[in-house]
Amino acid sequence: MKESGFVRQKIFLKFKKSIFAIVLFFCAFFYAGCPQIKFYGKNENSISITNVSYDATREFYNQYNEMFSEYWEEKYGQKIKIIQSHGGSGMQSMSVLEGNEADVVSLAVESDIERLSKAGLANKNWKTNFPNDSSPYTSTIVFLVRKGNPKRIKDWSDIIKNGIEIITPNPKSSGGARWNFLAAWAFAQEKYNGDEEKSIAFLKNLYSNVKVLNSGARSALTTFVGQGQGDVLIAWENEAFFILKERPEEFEMVIPSISIIARPCVAEVTAYSQKHGTRKAAKEYLEYLYSDEAQRIMAKNYFRPSNAEILKEYEYVFNLDIKLVEASKFGNWDEINKKFFADGAIFDNFYN
Amino acid sequence: MFKGTFSADKNKAIPGFGLSFGITFAMVGFVVLVPLASIPLMFDGYSFKDFWETIADKQAVYAYVVSFSCAAFASGVNLFFGIVLAWILVRYNFPFKRLLDGMIELPFALPTSVAGISLTALYSDKGLIGGLFNMAGIKISYTPAGIVVSMIFVGIPFVVRSIQPVLEKLDRHYEEAAQIMGADSTHIFFKVIFPEIFPAAISGFGMAFARSLGEYGSVVFISGNIPYKTQTLSLVVMNKLEQFNYPGAASIALVMLAAASFVLCLSHILQIKRK
Amino acid sequence: MEKSFVKKILIFLGILFLAIMLVLPLVSVLFHAFENGIKVFIKSISNEEALKALQLTLIAAGAAVIANTVFGIFASFLITKFSFRFKKIFSLLIDVPLAVSPVVAGLMLIFAFGKRGWLGPVLDYLGTKIIFDIPGILIATIFVTFPLVFREIAPLMQTQGTEEEEAAAMMGANWFCIFRKITFPNIKWALFYGSALCASRALGEFGAVSVISGHLREKTNTMTLYVEILFNEFELASAFAVSSILVMISLMILILRTIAEYKAKKWEDK
Repeated sequence: MKESGFVRQKIFLKFKKSIFAIVLFFCAFFYAGCPQIKFYGKNENSISITNVSYDATREFYNQYNEMFSEYWEEKYGQKIKIIQSHGGSGMQSMSVLEGNEADVVSLAVESDIERLSKAGLANKNWKTNFPNDSSPYTSTIVFLVRKGNPKRIKDWSDIIKNGIEIITPNPKSSGGARWNFLAAWAFAQEKYNGDEEKSIAFLKNLYSNVKVLNSGARSALTTFVGQGQGDVLIAWENEAFFILKERPEEFEMVIPSISIIARPCVAEVTAYSQKHGTRKAAKEYLEYLYSDEAQRIMAKNYFRPSNAEILKEYEYVFNLDIKLVEASKFGNWDEINKKFFADGAIFDNFYN
Repeated sequence: MFKGTFSADKNKAIPGFGLSFGITFAMVGFVVLVPLASIPLMFDGYSFKDFWETIADKQAVYAYVVSFSCAAFASGVNLFFGIVLAWILVRYNFPFKRLLDGMIELPFALPTSVAGISLTALYSDKGLIGGLFNMAGIKISYTPAGIVVSMIFVGIPFVVRSIQPVLEKLDRHYEEAAQIMGADSTHIFFKVIFPEIFPAAISGFGMAFARSLGEYGSVVFISGNIPYKTQTLSLVVMNKLEQFNYPGAASIALVMLAAASFVLCLSHILQIKRK
Repeated sequence: MEKSFVKKILIFLGILFLAIMLVLPLVSVLFHAFENGIKVFIKSISNEEALKALQLTLIAAGAAVIANTVFGIFASFLITKFSFRFKKIFSLLIDVPLAVSPVVAGLMLIFAFGKRGWLGPVLDYLGTKIIFDIPGILIATIFVTFPLVFREIAPLMQTQGTEEEEAAAMMGANWFCIFRKITFPNIKWALFYGSALCASRALGEFGAVSVISGHLREKTNTMTLYVEILFNEFELASAFAVSSILVMISLMILILRTIAEYKAKKWEDK
């Protein structure tokens, strides 16, 4: 008995310094971690909300946030600061799910918001909270080709021919690229009257022409524009416009006969906005997206405004004759993901 | 039990065991063990069969081949040139030596996407270096060769910086003695110097291999990312993440972790064996 | 005669390799950064977003260097000078961050500290946040650079052996004295190398940080994340400009280190 006490004491002596060091380390760590700036929520005369968004909307939200804070200050006499966050749509949705406390989200694919609502962070009926299925603007998928269109690309059926090199991102790694796939699918379905087998064969041909399968839309753009690879880029309309503005002598836009109507959407993340006490601001922030001024900013950034009248004002910019197919025609997003993009699904089989 | 664990006679000789042990244990615990402990959480609701199906999937198997062979090849190139570079930086004098010496770590500081873009531009068939190779009919960007190039880029510092300090500390007396005894320089290098720097070189090789295997940012630009041809493991992981397939991503990541740990372990064993 | 021939070949090989693999890509980054003139360059690095990002990157790199240098010294002292059970497991654990690909490292941190992570409830109770906030970025940066200093100095301590330390201890020297007088001079330069390696790696870290940062502008955006955003906005010139800042900071640290080292060595030789 006595001996074991002795051993214990010896062990304690041996570890005295260890224990001290461990305690010291954790103290140091928590000291570093504790003084956290109170960034969210409101105080007397200023308020801040966080908008977690996807790539490609940074320029638009820069302009919009400025406009909205002026509007808010005029209306309530209170300053508002909007903290922006941009990244790949899927990863952004994941970060909100794991505790990135956004008051509002504006993401590229409906399923990215649906996931938040399933986890109880956003309302169940978020889609009907704002007009037009909560998508303030739409966009579509077009082709970008080199000047003079040397390969004479007019429509989807031209790009599956032998010898055409396509650049398009991987629909598995980029949520945005799923629209590219669906646009081609819409064409194939129309062409073959809904014949599943033939449509799959069509897309398989298309993807066998793909030279570089980038991980995201912007890197595909860099491959096509910056590195000069490939004959045709399957791109978002707003990005194609953007490139044409920057380099009008080098590229041309080709509008295919059929394309998809892409609907990025917005939602309030009620769980967090409630916590921050910013529900009113979050709601108005999203509502104001539908105002005429905001819709015009969208059009200037080459997104198609959801307000039909404003869209008409910009008909000299957008091709309004293109036949646009809704993605919902092919099922809801869960079904679409499962059918086309899940591991071992249609897309994976193209390469088997 | 404690007696056997912590009180070898040797430890009594040098003070500071408790302090070193405490700090090391605390930091390893907080920085490594806490995140590692979350791995089981990632496999929530995943059976062993699912795990096996994920890692034995045909696409994944092709990605192993691409990633492992490219990483091994790139680290091999780095091993060779790392030894050459460490040698000339320590032993010889030449113009711009200090500048070159200072540049070795720069691949670390360059954001990987930017490294990827500039490497792709240089090595594509329209680029400065890629253009030369293209004339010989060799394409680098968007092929496995491109993956190797970017892996070499991210791995250079490891090998050079592992060998350099050892080479600097190396006693030149042995060499001189050998020289006096009439050994030629190749002989001296392989019999006298190489055994000395070997452990460090292997350690550097292991680190470079582990780093290139996990590299995503720059590889994803220069590779064509075509499944079964140029799709790397880190891209497969990202694809699964993008679909919120956490267990799937974790499965592949576990294989990568095992492979990298194996190589690092091997480098440890080789070091110890030499002693 | 033969020796100088070998020397020339080796120098040629080394420089050629560096030129192709390292110098050219870096020069092309600098070239693109200044392509549109110095004004564009200054404009793209002097806005508030870039400065805040720079500040955060420097804080994270500083934290990583301090933490890992302290850790590296103690850990390599422990591993090389003492023998105890589980030693091999310890040194293996130290290497783990190197073997984990950065993106997965970020994921592991989310599962530990995130809202649904196993430490999540504890953090909630304490009312503090780690992931998607500055502490998370610090941890991620420390994680990816964790073994670098250790790996640099451990081999040297190993070669040095323990005889000198034992002799000093026998004569009654305390730990600090032994470390300062015997161990430190031996590993001094390796420690320098290790810290610089760690600083560079911390400056350029992207994968792990991108997963756990949340990309909150002017708050949790580091330089590399900012570069990514610029790139995604197709503002390539600005992206290159901002990355060239990182390269320049790193180059400055490294050149200073190299110069200090050469000076000190000359001084020692005298």
